Amino acid sequence: MNMHATPQRTLAETALIDAFGERLSLLPGDGAVMLKRDDAIEAIKSGLPTRRIESWHYTDLRRLLTSVPDFDPAAVAKAIAPIVEGSSVLPVLNGVSSAKWAAVEGVTVQRLSEKLTDGSIAPGLDSYGSDDAIGALNTAFVADGYFIDIADGAQLDKPLELQNLQAGGQTHVRLAIRVGAGANAVIVERQAGEGAALVSSVSQLLLGEGAEVTWLVVQEQPDTATHLAQFKAHLGKNSKLTLFVMNAGGKLVRQEVVVKTTGEGADFTLRGINLLAGDTHTDVTMVLDHAVPHTASTEVIRNVVTGRARGVFQGRINVHQYAQKTNAKMACNTLLLSDDGEFSTKPELEIFADDVVCGHGATVTEIDHSHLFYLMARGIDEKTARGLLVKAFVAEVIEELDDEAIVEALEARLDNWFVAHG
Amino acid sequence: MLEIKNLHARIVDDGTEIIRGLNLTVRAGEVAAIMGPNGSGKSTLSYILAGREDYEVTEGDILYNGQSILEMDPAERATAGIFLAFQYPMEIPGVATMEFLKVAMNEQRKARGQEPLKIPEFLKRVKEAAASLNMDMTMLKRPLNVGFSGGEKKRAEILQMKLLEPKLCVLDETDSGLDIDALKIVADGVNTLRSPDRAIVVITHYQRLLQYIVPDTVHVLYRGQVIKSGDKSLALDLEANGYAGVIGQAA
Repeated sequence: MNMHATPQRTLAETALIDAFGERLSLLPGDGAVMLKRDDAIEAIKSGLPTRRIESWHYTDLRRLLTSVPDFDPAAVAKAIAPIVEGSSVLPVLNGVSSAKWAAVEGVTVQRLSEKLTDGSIAPGLDSYGSDDAIGALNTAFVADGYFIDIADGAQLDKPLELQNLQAGGQTHVRLAIRVGAGANAVIVERQAGEGAALVSSVSQLLLGEGAEVTWLVVQEQPDTATHLAQFKAHLGKNSKLTLFVMNAGGKLVRQEVVVKTTGEGADFTLRGINLLAGDTHTDVTMVLDHAVPHTASTEVIRNVVTGRARGVFQGRINVHQYAQKTNAKMACNTLLLSDDGEFSTKPELEIFADDVVCGHGATVTEIDHSHLFYLMARGIDEKTARGLLVKAFVAEVIEELDDEAIVEALEARLDNWFVAHG
Repeated sequence: MLEIKNLHARIVDDGTEIIRGLNLTVRAGEVAAIMGPNGSGKSTLSYILAGREDYEVTEGDILYNGQSILEMDPAERATAGIFLAFQYPMEIPGVATMEFLKVAMNEQRKARGQEPLKIPEFLKRVKEAAASLNMDMTMLKRPLNVGFSGGEKKRAEILQMKLLEPKLCVLDETDSGLDIDALKIVADGVNTLRSPDRAIVVITHYQRLLQYIVPDTVHVLYRGQVIKSGDKSLALDLEANGYAGVIGQAA
């Protein structure tokens, strides 16, 4: 009798394991990379995370991932216009990077497939914990992406837009970026496509001393796609990262944000908007480690929930014992516009230092009736007035970005969502 | 233009009756002042005219140009030409003031079958109206009423009134929170809107505003009823002798 029977594999688990066997010969990597892939697929063989795993409690991946599409070599995705005109675009189409790109001063670009083949990316493929299912899925299958180096002191005057575009099937992409000391850049991570795809995408960012980066994740997958993404960053001394995450699509979405302040004076800002519609599930899970003294972070997440959509925000802030003078504030506000929608928020502060300022708050509201009355009293019909107020609720977070071109670009994406779902 | 007949109204939440058999007629071209002590129902009356859902009319009717407005929502009343200048204008973060003005003007135009304003024409109108009220255009770049001082909010209300060109203007305590210079500017703004086809209802606690916006008629509201009507001399009488005398006569 088998006392340790593993539960029967789900269709999705079986499909992933079979796909790995079929893809193995096509996957780039030296010995070290292939060992990481083996470890990763072993993790998947032991089962996708369920609600019994704390960090997956609200997103039972094993239950929610009902099917996994085959790889589709015939799929054709096309690059799209960047959100900010004049940006340098680096496209990944159906999981394949481009061999040529327009040179930008101070920026060195390599295809990730080359870094996998020569094994130099191998140390970056480690998962960050035992429940890192997205990391494992990506490490097992990742075939391409970009490795980008922004030189010390480089000042990028135009955004760099990384487009990960799918046209169905499976794509597993990794974007690794090192930003040198004192460098300054706006990076747009565009996640979109047209197919019933399974996408895993991992972004890794290393910020050197005094570097300043604004990173915008604009996720607009179709409501047929599963999008499993991870953003990992290390913030060096006196560096500043503003991460903006916009989820405006996808059937099953999990965006993990894993940030560690490793240098004193580092400053992290997270702003997120989740626009949820239809019968979809969207999860933003952040793990932030304040690992050194004198670092600051603020997180504001705004959610609009319509239809039967379900949303999750988990924000975990770990303040390490020697990370004195940490200043951390987190807020999650939800506008619930439907009786059938839901949003779950779980803030977690784990503080081992004794001289810190940390706080969190969460609200769930409906539209403010006195605001609605005021707008209607000026002749704006109810539907338009509601639209203005809902947009205002999330636009507030966008306007904080304080860069006209970026604010306009993001508001255009916002309008796009409201036209489709308003 | 406005005929209020035996109006009874209560707060939806707790059923408290605020308006108790109110009668009032305001003709086109007329400036009518409604005065009364605190708690007499002045602000409630203004909200009911604008169609706020927190109040429920239980008896009587409100006719605007001969038509009952009770079944109309606030937006329909506004596009029909009724404008309420709020005593406490709402601060709405995230809604840009200019965007709001444009949407409001164009929604009203749309409801009247007019084309939306072209951007240069819209900007020209806003600039002119703002200049006449001594308002800084940078203020209008902020979110709607957010961070405005009390006086700035009141000016912004009059700015909206000028831009929307309503037929029935209801001003709820527009003088509160204004210093004397601002009061003159606001009153001038209102006076320029006086016209034979427009009626203005000025709700105020004090006679001060009426020195600058001189009313044709004055009505005293007490416990949800108009207990006395007269011309502008009634306001002076109230200022000199207080409400007690008038209330005493009515009782």
